[in-house]
Parts: sequence; structure tokens; C-alpha cells
Amino acid sequence: MAPHYQHLYDILAHSQGYIFPNEIDLQWGILIVVYPFITGLVAGAFILASLERVFKVKILKPTYQIALLTALSFLLVATMPLISHLSQPRRAYEIMITPHSSSAMAIFGFVYLWYLTVVLLLEIWFDYRHSMVVWSNERTGIMKWIYKILTLGVSDITPKTLKWDRKLGYIITVVGIPSAFILHGYVGFIFGSIKANPWWSTPLMPIIFLFSAMVSGISLVLLVYMIISYFRKKVVDVNVLDAIGKYLFFVLILDFTLEGLDQIQRIYEAEESFEIIKLLVSSKLYLTLFVSQGLIGTIIPLITLAFLQFYKHQIKLRKTMYFIIGILVLIGVYSMRWNVVIGGQLFSKSFSGFTSFKVGLIGLDGTLMAAFWLVLPIGILAFLLWLLPPWKMVKEED
Amino acid sequence: MSQSTSTMGNEKIKTSRRKFLKTATILTGATLGYSWLKSSQVLLFAAEPKDETLPWYGIVIDIQKCIGCGSCAKACKSENDVPVEPFFFRTWIEQYTVKNDGTVDIVSPNGGIDGFEQRVPTEDIFKSYFVPKMCNHCSKSPCSQVCPVGATYESPEGVVLIDEKYCIGCRYCVQACPYGCRFIHPVKKVANKCTLCYHRLKKGLAPACMEVCPTGARMYGNLRDKNSDLVKYLKEHTTQVLRPHLNTGAKLYYNALSGEVR
Repeated sequence: MAPHYQHLYDILAHSQGYIFPNEIDLQWGILIVVYPFITGLVAGAFILASLERVFKVKILKPTYQIALLTALSFLLVATMPLISHLSQPRRAYEIMITPHSSSAMAIFGFVYLWYLTVVLLLEIWFDYRHSMVVWSNERTGIMKWIYKILTLGVSDITPKTLKWDRKLGYIITVVGIPSAFILHGYVGFIFGSIKANPWWSTPLMPIIFLFSAMVSGISLVLLVYMIISYFRKKVVDVNVLDAIGKYLFFVLILDFTLEGLDQIQRIYEAEESFEIIKLLVSSKLYLTLFVSQGLIGTIIPLITLAFLQFYKHQIKLRKTMYFIIGILVLIGVYSMRWNVVIGGQLFSKSFSGFTSFKVGLIGLDGTLMAAFWLVLPIGILAFLLWLLPPWKMVKEED
Repeated sequence: MSQSTSTMGNEKIKTSRRKFLKTATILTGATLGYSWLKSSQVLLFAAEPKDETLPWYGIVIDIQKCIGCGSCAKACKSENDVPVEPFFFRTWIEQYTVKNDGTVDIVSPNGGIDGFEQRVPTEDIFKSYFVPKMCNHCSKSPCSQVCPVGATYESPEGVVLIDEKYCIGCRYCVQACPYGCRFIHPVKKVANKCTLCYHRLKKGLAPACMEVCPTGARMYGNLRDKNSDLVKYLKEHTTQVLRPHLNTGAKLYYNALSGEVR
């Protein structure tokens, strides 16, 4: 089938200034916006879970398993937008079999597998093993066998073994924290190490990605906790929200400072690419950068969270405010991913012009597909919460 | 007697085991050490000509000689099966017009294949010139560095090539090239770029763009051969590569390159 070029002619008609002729079509579309957004949610949710476990933040206990299962649900989907954006998806396995040692991207498969198997799956398994053994004894029929299989045949629940479960789970969490940092810092490095692109090329990129990941993951767990409580008809513990809100506040300050520092450095140094980047942010990225990421996703949540640190009345209002903040922060971080990925490709490497970008609705690289990859983890999470309900876990003495 | 023999045997086993462990440790250590050193080299990523019997190709483009006829871009498309649509180019020509007010007008309609028309009124022109562009065949090529599967590589002659059967189409190389020389082939669905007509070079023929250039604005040659025309040219002219600060080890040298060109 002959390829269609009409959309490229349309883009060409909308390009401004001079762009290299090969630059008309954007190489990375909305799926590559979704990919760092999803991995960020994973890393952030895990780090919140680790807070409870490693730093013994007892108040966050109700969110611990929720955060882990949220991280797992999103991690299971994380590679899908990547693979589906490849021009040769059937060759994707080559990246695992013959990784090129100097390529930042080649390491992804290994970082991903390490994180999935060694960190998340193992930690969840150690956490749930006791409960799964009990559930497999209580249940009948297929569920009995499913839980039995999930225990991998390790059905010893003597206090000594359970103590080991806790100990090993703890060790994995400790290993997991740097792993979560690596997972998302590494995603930032994929962009930050491209010297050809001045909008990406900054050593701060991995750190910015990491903090925005934490911001988004914490917000997501906050929302998931509230939504689960709503469906279970349980009262949301506002103290838990306050605790999460406090962490969100501090991490958001750090995130805002780092991103601000990056931009101030860029403006002050005003290198070769400054003029084109100035034009980029003031025109093409105005809405997504200043309004969506800056105002909606950062400034408003920051002010509200600061206010909530002092104002502790009216529980119902506080809950509503936390819910809205969670959504706003997620919109902000998604916009940040957009601004990095799409923004970095809108200006020409000749620094003399812009191409344009319009997301299609259908197709492998369209909005619906991106939305699917974002909704799918929520479905997986619902399934995991049904299979491994944190609120039905067998209580253990600490 | 039998007891002492068995003791001696044990000792023998112990000694040989110790020896084995020692050798194994040394070997493992040496292997790990070597691989670590090797990976450090990879991080530095400085490709160097290895096989001295082969040429080490470089390119010269003389901006003063280019008349913007577009023959090179046209010949390249037909020689290398590049789609004719104006979004895919292995080589193209840019027209720079510096105006009297200091602003620069850059155009490359259809990569210059159909020639150029000056759209700036003559009285406003400070200077104008054509710049042919193509892959710089960098010796520290950012595109090869980032390829996750090694489908992009540098040939022993210093030509940056792509294995089309191996490329997964992740497009990371397109992002990494600072010169905009790569694209995704719309039919083959893999990365594509100038090969310096490697298939012709191997037969002793000049790349298509150089073969057809009516003014001889493009040259290629062996950088290793100090008597080659290319090396002589580089000795006699002040040349410059594009974006030298990016340290890509570009081997495409421009004569009379003006500061406006990126």
C-alpha cells in the first residue's frame, strides 16, 4: 500500500521560518508523552510506599499496598506505548538480545525488568504471601488454586518464616528506592543526553524527571486512596490526606525550584538556541507550559497546599481540595511531559523555524490509543485490588 | 601407609582446588576489568580508523562553487531510491540570503531539486549563497552512539551506515543527529540517510551527488592519504565543519562557510 503524504503537506503548509526538510514530521508523538508519564507514576507511587516502609511513616499505612499495586499496574503497561510507536515493533526484542552498550535507550529493557521482577513483584509477593496462604486455605474452587499458585508453593506461615518475609521485603524496599530513582532518572537521561537538542540537553533533566515523577505518583496514590474509599463506602482518613499532602507540598517545591533553576540558567546564559526557545515557549508552548504546567499544575496546587498546612478546619472542604489538587498536579505533570517531548521537536535544529504538530484521534499514534494506555492500568489496578485486597490482608504484629 | 597416602591425596586436592580458585579469581577479575575498561572506551566513543589498508573518507563542499542547480539532490534521490515527496532527503541545498538589515532568509524548496528563485529584492540583499547539506559522516557520530541495537554503525572506511534489516524504527537516531540528515523511510519503515553512495564507492565510483555536480563543488577523498586531492585541498583552504562545539567529529568540511549556517 502506498503511504499517504497529505498530512505532511498540511504540516509543511503550517511550518514557520526555515526547518530542515527532514524535520517536517515529528518523530515522537503522543505515545512518547504517555511513556514517561506512566513510568513517572510508577516511580512516584513506589517512593511514597517506601516512605511508609523504610522511614516508618505509620500514618501512611493505609496507602502502602495501594501505592505498590498502583505502581505495578502502571509498570505492566509502561512498555506498551514504547513498543507500539516503533516502526518495526516486531523487532523490539532485539533491544534485549543485542543491546548497544553506548545507547541510553538500550538499557531500558534491563532497568525495566529489574524494577518489575526484583523490586515490585518480589516486594508485593513477600507482603502478600502470608495472606495468600490463608486465603488459599479459606477459599474453594478456582480461587483456592489461584492463590495457591501465587504463593509459588511456599505455604509455611510459622512466625519465623513470616519474620523472614518482613525482613526480605524490607531489604527489597531499601534496594527499591534507588531502583525507582534510576528507573525514572534514566528516562530523563534519554532526553537529557541528546546534545543535538538544546531544549532537552541539560544535566538537570534526570533530576527534574525524578521529582516530577514523585509529584505525579504521590498525587495518583492520593486520588486512588480517595476513590477506593468512596467505592468501599469507607470514610477517608483526613489525617492520611494531610500526611500525603505534606509530602506532596515539599516535593512540589523542590520540583518547581529545579525546573525554575533550569529555565533561569537557560535564560541567563542565553546561548545560541535562546532566541528560538524564547519563541517556542511564548507561542507554541504558551498554553501547555505557562497555563497548564505552570499555573494549573504547579502554582495553584502549591498555594493551596501551603494554605492547607496551616488551615486545618472543615474536613469535607479539605478532602475536596486534596482531590482537586491531585487532579491538577497530574494535569501539570502530563503537560510537563508534553512540553519536553513535543516541545523539543517543534523547533528546527537549524534554530530558524518551527514545524507544527496535530494529534490524530485514531491510529496507533493517536489520542484514543494514548488514552487506552492510560486507562488500561486503572483496569489492571481494579483487578489487582479485587485479587489482592489490602483491606482483607491478614493482620500481623510488628 | 594407606592412611598417609590418603592424607597426601587430600592435600593434593586442597592445593589443586586452591590453585583452581586462584586462577578462576584472576581470570574473572581480568575479564571484568577488561570489560570495564572497554565500556569506558565506549563511553568516550571515539571512533578511530582501525584498518590502515582501507581509505578513511572525508568530504569537502566548496560553498563558493555551488550554483544551487539542485542536480545533486535529484541524482541522490534516483540513485538511492529516496521517495520523491519533499519530506525525505539524503542531501539538499539551502539558499541563504543575508539582508541589509542583518536578518537572514533561509529557504530550501523541495530540497532545491527544482532550483531556486530569489524572493528577496536585490536592493535588500547584503549577500547570498547556497549551502549543500548531507550526512557529515561523523567519527564520533551521535546517531550511532544512541542506536539501541547497533543498527547504525560506522564502516571501517568511516562511513556511517544503517542495517535496514536490523533497525527497530525507534527514531532515537533522528533525534540525535544535529544536522537533520536522517528520516524514517515511509515504505521501508526504518531510518534512512546518506551512505556516501557506499555501493558506488566500493566499485571505485564517485557518489551520485558528486558525479553530477557541474561545478565540482563536492569532493570526497581519503583523509589518510596525505597526497590525496582532498588532503591537499584541506591544506590550501580554510575549512570548517558544522557545529564544531558539539564535537561530533564531522568529516564534512566546508570551504567559505559563513557564520549564519547551522
